[in-house]
Amino acid sequence: MRRYLEPLPQLLGPIVVVIAVGAVATTVSPANKIYFLSALVSVAMVVAIYVFVGNSGVISFGQTSFVAVGAFAAGVMTVPLDSKKGVLTGLFPFLRDHSIANIPSLLLAAAIGGIFALVAGLPLMRLSGLSAGIATFALLEITHNILQQWTKIGPGATTLSLVPESTGALQATIGAIVAIAVAFLYQRSRLGRQLRATREDPAAARGIGINVHRQRLWAFTLSGALAGFAGALFVHLLGSITTEQVYLELTFITLAMLVFGGIGSLWGAVVGALAISGLDSFLSQAEQGVHIGFKLDLPTGSHLVFLAAIMALVLILRPSGLTGGREFSLSLPKRR
Amino acid sequence: MVASIGIQTFTDALALGAIYALMAVGIGLVFGVLRLVNFAYGQLIMVGAYTLAFTSSWPLAASLLTCVAIVVAFSLLMDLVVFRPLRNQSPAVMLVTTFAIAFLLQAIALIVDLRDKFLGQVVFSSITSLNESISIGGVDVRKVTILAVGVSLVALVIIALLLNKTTIGLHTRAAASDFRTARLLGVRANRVITFAVVISGVLAAAVAMLLVVGNPLVTPDYALHETIVVLIGVVVGGIDRLWTATLGGFAIGFASGVINALLPTDSTVYLPAVLFGLVIVVLLLRPAGLFAWGRRTRVERV
Repeated sequence: MRRYLEPLPQLLGPIVVVIAVGAVATTVSPANKIYFLSALVSVAMVVAIYVFVGNSGVISFGQTSFVAVGAFAAGVMTVPLDSKKGVLTGLFPFLRDHSIANIPSLLLAAAIGGIFALVAGLPLMRLSGLSAGIATFALLEITHNILQQWTKIGPGATTLSLVPESTGALQATIGAIVAIAVAFLYQRSRLGRQLRATREDPAAARGIGINVHRQRLWAFTLSGALAGFAGALFVHLLGSITTEQVYLELTFITLAMLVFGGIGSLWGAVVGALAISGLDSFLSQAEQGVHIGFKLDLPTGSHLVFLAAIMALVLILRPSGLTGGREFSLSLPKRR
Repeated sequence: MVASIGIQTFTDALALGAIYALMAVGIGLVFGVLRLVNFAYGQLIMVGAYTLAFTSSWPLAASLLTCVAIVVAFSLLMDLVVFRPLRNQSPAVMLVTTFAIAFLLQAIALIVDLRDKFLGQVVFSSITSLNESISIGGVDVRKVTILAVGVSLVALVIIALLLNKTTIGLHTRAAASDFRTARLLGVRANRVITFAVVISGVLAAAVAMLLVVGNPLVTPDYALHETIVVLIGVVVGGIDRLWTATLGGFAIGFASGVINALLPTDSTVYLPAVLFGLVIVVLLLRPAGLFAWGRRTRVERV
């Protein structure tokens, strides 16, 4: 038990900032609320990616697949029955004739994300570092292709709409906290520590009897489940979604968040997600023109330029990210 | 079934494979000396395509030369600003950084594109005639197909000669097999890297020229998809060596052409899923690389 209790203060930072963002979200105007809520959903996504990438040290571009699958599973299954039969006519009869409530849809998304990750991870996790990273791209392409074309399981290339917008401040905050808590429990667990050992030194880890493949597969599966869950929060936030929204750009932004905060720590994932979300919201506003003492009016599309430039700069100048891969701590970092 | 695939499909697949092989050489050369997977390679091609679009009213030769000059300049700039500071970082950090650079260039292109809307439909009157077919022994072959295969073969021969017959080529090969030892033996790291980066830039320009013939609509995400496919192909072929990487690039291009023809018409939309599913199977069977014969997976020593 001490293994979990002693580092408990590490959880304090992430949870307090998430609750703070959730609390602020309830006070702002409805137009601005979406920015805070999507920041919280981003926290859930980035923490999901962190569970695999951060703990294993293997880059994956494929976690967005699980976000996509979770989002579409939760979305398709919660469209109200009477409108579903009119809109999603191509679905398998079983999917078309049943709808589920909000909470079950979150659980369903997590389950599907996890199962999909387990199945995909079986072959993918056999690969080593760089090949694994590139191969996860293959996974992203396959998932995107099938979701976009197969109209028996979803809306295909059209927009999935009429999804209940049930991700409010409460659901977003609790969702982010659940993701953080699961990630924390995992990284303190025996499995999580074994995986972190393989990250530091694969050969030595193998030498003390750790099965690298199996540990990576566990993390990949858990990460997939959390990513599916985050995808469900995402679709319930937006109310409508297309396959393009859960493809390359989202992969890029979520990875940028993780790297910006610091790839090696849970605190880094949370900080990165909130910082980049904040910045992105501000820049998107600035594209419409915003007053900060003077009128700031950026050309359309420039928010991505800034995001990409910041990500590249951080990687070049400080590859360990804002937090330097350290967990949240109440005492100041020790000087060496 | 096989007969219906026909020579037409075969030549088209060959052309696609040839273009992908060129991209694979560009990616593989840089990987050889820097151990860096350049995800932003497609954006070099995109820059080349935009250069061609902007200069499409110029004489063809001037337009092509400008394209090469600008792409090589971008390639060198990328090396200077991004690759050099990252030289001692882990492969993962380098890959993610080039991913960021790719999106940076793409985002900049988007702004340029939105400002100059006339770029939407760029037609190069001088090169679109390459899409016309000529008949060889009763088979219609598009001129660009012959051009793509020809350019690729010539480029590969030149690169093979450069690598095997010149001093800088020898140094590059030495650096690719063991960078540190090569430096100890007097190989100048910066020169070798610059050499690889310039060649890879020239190849990107060549690919841009070949791609705009078939797809004159230049967009910010130009060649992005192709790059992902080639990167995967390079890994499938075996990224450790230039020739296995090149074969990997060729193979995935050729395979996608053939699979596209083999699939029933109503399921060609699933080409990516089938192709990348196949990729995962191949990676499973031959994790060291499809063409890495006679070599065992490298064993890590403590």
